Amino acid sequence: MADQNRDGFTLQYQAVSDKREIILQVKDLTVEYVTDDEVAKAVNHVSFELRSGSTLGLVGETGAGKTTIAKAVLGVLPDVSARICGGEILFNGSDLLELSEMEMQKIRGNQISMIFQDPMTALNPTMKIGDQIKEAIMLHEKLSHAEGEKRAVDMLEMVGIPGERYSDYPHQFSGGMKQRVVIAIALACKPQLLIADEPTTALDVTIQAQVLDMMMKLKMELGTSVIMITHDLGIIAETCDYVAVIYSGEVVECGTSEDIFDYASHPYTVGLFASLPSRSGKGERLKPIKGMMPDPADLPEGCPFAERCPCPEKQCFSTKPEYLHLSDTHIVKCCKRWERQ
Amino acid sequence: MNKYIEVKNLKKYFPVPKGQLHAVDDVSFSIEEGKTLGVVGESGCGKSTLGRLILHLLEATDGEILLRGEDITHVKKKRLKELRETMQIIFQDPFSSLNPRMTVEQLVSEPLKIKGGFSKEAIQKATAEIMEIVGIPERMRICYPHELDGGRRQRVGIARALILNPEFIVCDEPVSALDVSIQAQILNLMQDLQEQRHLTYIFITHDLSVVRYLSHFIIVMYLGQVVEQAPSEEIFENPMHPYTQVLISAIPMPDIHNKADRIIVHGELSSPVNPKPGCRFYLRCPYATEVCQQPQIMKEVSPGHFVLCVRAEKIVNNSMP
Repeated sequence: MADQNRDGFTLQYQAVSDKREIILQVKDLTVEYVTDDEVAKAVNHVSFELRSGSTLGLVGETGAGKTTIAKAVLGVLPDVSARICGGEILFNGSDLLELSEMEMQKIRGNQISMIFQDPMTALNPTMKIGDQIKEAIMLHEKLSHAEGEKRAVDMLEMVGIPGERYSDYPHQFSGGMKQRVVIAIALACKPQLLIADEPTTALDVTIQAQVLDMMMKLKMELGTSVIMITHDLGIIAETCDYVAVIYSGEVVECGTSEDIFDYASHPYTVGLFASLPSRSGKGERLKPIKGMMPDPADLPEGCPFAERCPCPEKQCFSTKPEYLHLSDTHIVKCCKRWERQ
Repeated sequence: MNKYIEVKNLKKYFPVPKGQLHAVDDVSFSIEEGKTLGVVGESGCGKSTLGRLILHLLEATDGEILLRGEDITHVKKKRLKELRETMQIIFQDPFSSLNPRMTVEQLVSEPLKIKGGFSKEAIQKATAEIMEIVGIPERMRICYPHELDGGRRQRVGIARALILNPEFIVCDEPVSALDVSIQAQILNLMQDLQEQRHLTYIFITHDLSVVRYLSHFIIVMYLGQVVEQAPSEEIFENPMHPYTQVLISAIPMPDIHNKADRIIVHGELSSPVNPKPGCRFYLRCPYATEVCQQPQIMKEVSPGHFVLCVRAEKIVNNSMP
């Protein structure tokens, strides 16, 4: 009796020998924020790729550059202060950085969309939520208003909100419901790529579970590829098949979820896991990573993690580490000659 | 073990246009000296109100708060001021709980100045000492809060709470705004302080992995009521209330091999204004039946383990594999 109400499901992935085509390839991306008196190197030579239908997690702490990477892909970095110094962002083979603003507008919201962290500020408070979804659809597709409205109602129902609430305003919804509306807008044009920037950080755990569950179901239905940005390794474990660990604007380790969770090799990744209370036994002392991330306006000469590393070597302070391939899928940026155990 | 704080049938109702908002509704529990009580629940369940009631930052509508047996529910003036020294609070948001126009040194020493009767040198000495204990470098004493990172700001909040040598601290989501590596530093610090100074904590949070890690005893709140209370490991190994089960299963675990079957509940928190007499989780509960609309009574299912659900034992027995 109890079971009929249980709506749990487990996500399963097979990451090995991935033959899916690559839809997004970021190569050597470098972004700086320029102010009057300093240059903050937010993203430094970041490269990663995303296969069609897969989910890539970008995990890292506040200020690591996760959101800047996402904004660069979507082409929404602030014009005044941000500067893309180099690199390529290949989406279905064409470089997004070469496109004009007009061409980007056609892609944005249509083929690539983004869900922002805070659903409270992502919605227009003076507009009916149905109309906000309709607006997103009609920007990209030639439809009559009636058709647009019907599509918006369909989207609402798809994210689990009754169609009758089309004419309600954002303040009439709770946080979890607002985030559903934001997701409905993002998925309205059935994008190929969805960037979710901390989509559930502002929500309570039971609501977070509902929203993640729904996102992953929709992702499967629509075949969308997802970049999931989060600081929560639990969410990564549940939703992602590939993970890139970001530290100080660099990808320090990258691989399949299995590579990262079972064979974490970079001292930073290892340190992140050791900091988690859920991975420590009761009474056991947590092992935090000492110190803090370097100031992006004043990056050290060598490895950015050297100062905090539990086992640095002399060269770590003077030379930038190179990528080391630990397996076909698993790379790590560290001077030490790591080997997978 | 001595009971440090005992709370009996504590209630706090806020008048709202539509009636009474039951923020804390008939809550009873006790904390042993030198231990940590974890209070978990989602936003709006009344956990912060509960913490503030115990500290007398809010006046209780009804019920009793006993401190080592002394009834402190309605203490006033002089005694209240004395109590304030022994009971402190650490707030969630180190960004908004510190006065942006005061330096670290001023912030940390402020409680001593309010208490009065100390010489300038004594204040300076005590401030320097406490800063060292919580790990704020001496050179930062002239910094303003905006110049510090989140972890250091929270250390300032902890230093302020500690400087009067309290016995008891309410920690209201003290690590929720921090990154994991910084969070671990602060949690370690709080545990060390508890051991060295024999502090009693109430640890309010929505993060179950954090409470599991550091609490001795846990209460789970839902819409103003305590729905389950038990020793920490007991709650996690043997959760009886359906809400506790849902809550535990909802935490995303950083483990790719043991993905637990998740219980997803539909709907969201109902309103705490004029609640109906029955179980407050009724509308979202996957196991609800008609008996759940009757008023619920707290039941002791095993020593020290209390549950507010008539059907708890049946549910647990049925869902056993």
